[in-house]
This record gives sequence, structure tokens and C-alpha cells, in this order.
Amino acid sequence: MGIRERLSGNEAIAVAMKQINPDVMGAFPITPSTEIPQYFSSYVDNGEVDTEFIAVESEHSAMSTCIGAQAAGCRAISATSSCGLSYMHEMLYVAASDRLPITLAVSCRALSGPININNDHSDAMSVRDAGWLMLFAETNQEAYDNYLQAMRIAEAVNLPIMICQDGFITSHAIENITLVEDDKVKDFVGEYKPEYSLLKGSMAVGPYATPAFYIEAKRQQAQAMIDAKDVIRSVSADFEKMTGRKYDLIEEYEMKDAERAIIIIGSSAGTAKEAIRGLRATGEKVGLIKIRSFRPFPAEEIARALKNVKVFAVMDKADSFNSHCGPIFAEVSAAMCVANINNPKGINIIYGLGGRDVRVESIERVFAQLDEIVKTGDVGESYRYLDVRE
Amino acid sequence: MSNLKAKDINETITWKEITLGCSVFEGGSAELVNTGDWRTIKPVIDMEKCKQCMLCVPVCPDMSIPVEEDGRRGEFNLFFCKGCGICAKVCPFDAITMIKDEK
Repeated sequence: MGIRERLSGNEAIAVAMKQINPDVMGAFPITPSTEIPQYFSSYVDNGEVDTEFIAVESEHSAMSTCIGAQAAGCRAISATSSCGLSYMHEMLYVAASDRLPITLAVSCRALSGPININNDHSDAMSVRDAGWLMLFAETNQEAYDNYLQAMRIAEAVNLPIMICQDGFITSHAIENITLVEDDKVKDFVGEYKPEYSLLKGSMAVGPYATPAFYIEAKRQQAQAMIDAKDVIRSVSADFEKMTGRKYDLIEEYEMKDAERAIIIIGSSAGTAKEAIRGLRATGEKVGLIKIRSFRPFPAEEIARALKNVKVFAVMDKADSFNSHCGPIFAEVSAAMCVANINNPKGINIIYGLGGRDVRVESIERVFAQLDEIVKTGDVGESYRYLDVRE
Repeated sequence: MSNLKAKDINETITWKEITLGCSVFEGGSAELVNTGDWRTIKPVIDMEKCKQCMLCVPVCPDMSIPVEEDGRRGEFNLFFCKGCGICAKVCPFDAITMIKDEK
């Protein structure tokens, strides 16, 4: 049945952590994820969990702590945002290449500068090639649900996983949420029983690999990411059996007969759905593809969902500063190219940077731009900023 | 994926067989890697000049100067020796000379 609650996204993540009761947390505070270790340390202090909480002096050490603990055979977790994630950068690659299924909660926030504490995806997108699984949430409920599924996914493929949500927008806003009962969470997540670990016998983790071995290790790591797509689907199916809440790599909303579509990630998907409801009521054939799994990237699924639209806009809450597009547009374009789909025209919309409000009208303006392309047949500039003062 | 020992991880291993993250399932595996083959010069000791002062032993970065059971230093073990020459530099008696290493 579930437990009715009202929680902020950060507290929902902390509650999920409490229900899982992992072995080690290494964390350092940074806005807007600070509340996660803050709530969790109170659970430790109250004896509600028996996690070893290690208060470190930096995010580099937070991730190093997780790497050491997970290599020893523990379930290790952390939480961070923005510059904290950047400060972990080096160790994120080590965690992934050492094949340690660490779970990291990220409350996404802009990277400096100008210095800014509000939401965009420049932090998460800048670590997209680190080799981590990355799930994004639209709502507090999704952040919580993704977290409950995280360890099973990560441990099945021996890759670390980031559970991303939008800083302040979901991390601090309180929403109604349905929690899963403690005993059901424990049964669902299960015990961590790694085949090998430092405490199980003589073992060297993270050795030097010469050119004769490095690329074999990387090819094997790439396979784990490929294999993760099926694992995410299967864990999501089990989760649906337990809760009735359905998840996949992507969510298609009003896509069946859509002529204009947007591809979006994170909390603004909710705003976009509201805009679509309004436009649909006036007979406009508009739809949305929400990306839940950014790593692995659902290339085939997106190409399939887009093949019948006339025009689409990929919404990026981060810019790549490459003079032509943001990160999700690049991946979607590659997906269309590989699937040999040339028909729909696509544009890239950079939006919401540094917490710029994304309103229903903002999304309506995107659909209006797409309508213009349909009417004129001219894509015009494909690299566009939304709601920026001219 | 498996729990291989260092001797089983060689240049014929495929990406499917290599261990997770190149982990090695034993300790002391450096004994299998002859890093001394980087060397272009090598130390030689003149035992006539050596006074067994033992200053050379602790400065060697590569455990190339074995200490015998009687507490005296022995001949160089060149398996890890890179030819850095610190031992020759610290020797107060000019008992150690660096010479060109020929393979």
C-alpha cells in the first residue's frame, strides 16, 4: 500500500538511505545537497541506522572514502552538488574503472561562474563521461524510487550510480510522496554480497595498467554500460510489481500522434507536461520524451520515439560551449544518425541555466518555435537560448 | 571476469577475460615485473674499497642492495635497479662506480 508522506527531495533521498541502511557514508556538505548528509547523520546519531558516517574534509576525500569502503566489500554512499561533484571528478573515474557500485545522490546545481547556487545540469553533464550510471528524476517521488532501485542496478553491472534530481526545485520543495515500507525496501534491495573484495582475501584494487591492458579494461567497462540497459528495465519491472509505479529508460508523454516533440530531463518535464495538456486541449499535436536514464543513454528508444514527428526540440539545461549545441542534443543527434532517421528536423534549446525559471509559457514558446519551423520548413538557427533577454 | 593471479594476466588476455578494473588477486606481484630493464647504466661495487658502512642500503629506492644474514651488504640485485646512481653518490669510499649497462 505504501506510506503517505510529504517530504522534500533531499529528505526523501535520506529516508531511502535510512531504509537501506548502507555500511558507509562519506560526505561533505554543499548547497543544495547538504540536507542529505545532515538528515542522515541524525539517523546515525539516533541509532536508526548502523552506518559508519565519515565526515571528510572535501568531496575528493568523500569519494575516496566510498572507493575504499566499497572495495572492502561495503555498500558505500555519498551526496553532493555542483563544485563538490567537480571536486570529486578524478575519483569518479577511479570508482567507475575499479568497477565499484557506489551510490551517489546529486542535487544538481549550476557550476561557477558567475557563482550561483541554483539549479541547472552543468554539474552532472560535466561528469557524463566518467563511467557512472546516471538516473534523473522529475519529482521527489521519482528521486526516492530511483534511489531504491539504484543499488540493484549498480551491483548487477559493477558500475557506480548517480541518482540526480534538480537542486531546490525538487531537493527543497516539499511534495506528497508514497514511501515503501521498511521491510519491503530491505527485501527489494537485498544484501550486498560482492564476489570479490579486499576483506575476502589477497587482492590488489586499482593497479597500474600499461598500454597492453588498459584498453581491454575499458572495453569491458563499456560492455557493463551496454548491459545496464536491460538491468534497469528488469529492476524497474520488479519495482513496478512492488509499488505499481512504472519506470523505463525514457517516458513518452502524448507521443502517439505527436507532430512536435520536446526531449527533456529532470523536473522541467513536469512543467512541460502541463504545457502539453493545455496545448492538447486546443487540438495541438504535441508530446514529450523524458529521459530517465542518461547513462546508459537510450539512443535506440529515443530514435524510435522521434521517428514519426515532424520537428523536435532537445532541451539542454547545460551548454557544452562548443559553438553549436548542448550535450543532450549531441547525443540525440547521434542516436538519429545511427538509426538512419533524417526526416524530423531538430533544434536545441538551452534553458534554465543558473536557476532561470522555466514556466509553462516557456515551454509553450518552444512549441511555438517548432510550429514556425513546421509552417516555413526552415529550421533556421538550431542552437537557441530560451527566455534570455535580448 | 575472474579472480586471476598476476602470472595469468598477460598480453594475450581478451577484454572479456580481464579482471574487473584489472584487479590482481594476490600481493607482491611486482616480483614478476623486471623493471630493471629500463636501466642504461648500472652500479658495480669494488669489495676491496667497501668498508661495510651501509650508507648505500637505505638510500636505494628499489631494494637492489641485499643485506646478508651476517649484516653485511652483498652484491647488487639488479632486477629492479634503474641505475639512478644514488648509491654511488653517497658512498664515502668511492667503492661504487656507475658503468654503461650492455644487454
